[in-house]
Amino acid sequence: MALRIVVCIKQVPDTTEVRMDPVKGTLIREGVVSIVNPFDSYAVEEGVRLKEKHGGTCTVVTMGPPQAEQALRDCISVGADEAYLVSDRAFAGSDTWATSLTLAAAIRKIGFDLIICGKQAIDGDTAQVGPGIAVHLDLPQATYARKIREVGEKSMIIERLLEEGVETMEMPLPGLITVVKEINEPRLPSLKGKMRAKKYELKKLTAADLDLQPGKLGLDGSPTRVMKIFAPPPRAGGEVFKGEADQCADKLVAVLAKNGVV
Amino acid sequence: MPKLKIISDKCGGCGQCVDACPYDGIEIAGTLAKFKDSCNWCGTCKDACPFEAIVVEEDKAPAAAGLDAYKGVWVFGEQRDGHIQRVVLELVGEGRKLADARKEPLCVLVLGDKMEGACKKLLADYPVDKVYYVEAPELAVFEAEVYGKICADLIRAKKPEIMLAGATCAGRSFLSRVAVEVHTGLTADCTGLAINPEGLLMQTRPAFGGNIMATILCPNHRPQMSTVRPRVMKPPAAGTGRGGTLEKVAPDKARLLSRSKILDFAAEIEETVNIAEADIIVSGGRGLGGPENFKLVEDLAKALGGAVGSSRAAVDAGWKPYSHQVGQTGKTVCPKLYVACGISGAVQHLVGMQSSDTIVAINRDPDAPIFKVATYGIVGDLKEVLPILTRKILERKGK
Ligand SMILES: Cc1cc2nc3c(=O)[nH]c(=O)nc-3n(C[C@H](O)[C@H](O)[C@H](O)COP(=O)(O)OP(=O)(O)OC[C@H]3O[C@@H](n4cnc5c(N)ncnc54)[C@H](O)[C@@H]3O)c2cc1C
Repeated sequence: MALRIVVCIKQVPDTTEVRMDPVKGTLIREGVVSIVNPFDSYAVEEGVRLKEKHGGTCTVVTMGPPQAEQALRDCISVGADEAYLVSDRAFAGSDTWATSLTLAAAIRKIGFDLIICGKQAIDGDTAQVGPGIAVHLDLPQATYARKIREVGEKSMIIERLLEEGVETMEMPLPGLITVVKEINEPRLPSLKGKMRAKKYELKKLTAADLDLQPGKLGLDGSPTRVMKIFAPPPRAGGEVFKGEADQCADKLVAVLAKNGVV
Repeated sequence: MPKLKIISDKCGGCGQCVDACPYDGIEIAGTLAKFKDSCNWCGTCKDACPFEAIVVEEDKAPAAAGLDAYKGVWVFGEQRDGHIQRVVLELVGEGRKLADARKEPLCVLVLGDKMEGACKKLLADYPVDKVYYVEAPELAVFEAEVYGKICADLIRAKKPEIMLAGATCAGRSFLSRVAVEVHTGLTADCTGLAINPEGLLMQTRPAFGGNIMATILCPNHRPQMSTVRPRVMKPPAAGTGRGGTLEKVAPDKARLLSRSKILDFAAEIEETVNIAEADIIVSGGRGLGGPENFKLVEDLAKALGGAVGSSRAAVDAGWKPYSHQVGQTGKTVCPKLYVACGISGAVQHLVGMQSSDTIVAINRDPDAPIFKVATYGIVGDLKEVLPILTRKILERKGK
């Protein structure tokens, strides 16, 4: 069966580089590059593999500012067929409620059998957008997918990685899954892929294309408000023991015991 | 945060707002600051501006009506195999404080089967005013769609002001569905909760891999909902029950139907795997040199009564399954004690464990970045240090 697969991707700052100046309280952005959210590259790879195996299409979609175009091209270069940039000033300030509403409207327009998201985005770290899309489109979901075991006409069998083990679930199609890293190893872009990515003409959707009420978009449609952002308290400097292993171990155990840690 | 406006008379074009912006959302065009498409209205620039040239535009959204009808604090009583999870008690501890600050009751919502005894025990032992218990065979095992529908129905019927759940796989999977269904905000993975002077819930959480903290409000929608990171809040002492009541709620049968079917659950055989909820974690990295040396890490974990974690390098090398991976593409953990053995401390690993209470690093390289976040460190060879440490811990416990 040919699957229409839609993969949601987000362009994120490489968060390992994002820091706050604890004195000035401002963000240090110097040298921070934008990347495809790591969990989303597993989602794209899975979408491309499913399409290669079962036939169909793999379409990537992102909601973001115009510069998110690069992230979409990166996905084309690793095998996605089509890419949609959902972009409009009206979307600015979206929380996960408004983001999932907007993406759901775009995906409805694109058409789908299976939606794949990353487990979470490494900047917002909420893991809420995938399930949110599922509700807006009235779909079943399987979060934390680590393996797709079978794809049938009407359903698929998915292994989910939970705290204490692995759950196997049969989810009917259409449906939505979010994936963890274990699911695959993303390929590198091929030369042909890179060429296609360069020339590919992105498809664009704006608020007007999506038939949504203005009050439900962006900041106005977002129940949550970021009140303030601040640097986490710095960690106190550590005590390092060197020398004879036996003595070091004694000192460590003593200090841990003194502080009630062991 | 309402939208922002730049007062051109005041703007000095100094660019401090540009430096402050987390989204690359403002630029200096000519001599004046100007918002770009990527602006997210977060307001960081407003605080950074030395000229007070960035001001808040009046929030046009009318204060929503009917918010006063929402009362009380609810905690989602997550259960596995009929056992109430520890994170629920942590939330009862925290929820009690919030409920007292609001002078409202604290309720726990339990969805399950044959759990009346467990609900009564919760009421007897802990400071909970009421347990809402929804009983059905279909609720014995967690499934996001069904749990989401039942929980949304109850919220509509009973109107709690605040709803908390553990930021576990289950909590995160279903509360995000509930938030969309009942049309309210949800703040993810909170590590701090408090009531502000206006009576709103201030939800503080790490973002950007813990490099930044954000405080989030949900001013015009109810309930105000958060998932809360396990192991951060303190459970109340047992024996603090206050004679709370049990209310059994009959579910709407039609809402118990799930489109998905759970076929099987395979528990990971090692008891050492649930790193997300462990008090103590001992992790191994590439510095172990090979899979055989993970035994040393496991022995120490066992001696300490902790779980075993791993860096990405050790997972990619096939020494440990992915479920043990700590870090950006693995799990975020915050145990009381995190022992990093042979882990260099790449930022991608640090973002997954830097909020642990106490961090111990054992590494041969005194310049390894892990020592920068470590509370204590030992510079030495793992193969030598770990067995000695394990022995001394066991000796101490034997006493
Ligand atoms: C500091 C800070 C804290 C925040 N905290 C909260 C909060 O607690 N609650 C809240 O509601 N909002 C919060 N937000 C807003 C939230 O980050 C944005 O709404 C964001 O657009 C989506 O959420 P996420 O990044 O957490 O995505 P996640 O839900 O973590 O992403 C899961 C998956 O959804 C897909 N996805 C996510 N965003 C997009 C997109 N724009 N385009 C395409 N696919 C996408 C991807 O597949 C991704 O892997 C916060 C923002 C900041 C800056």
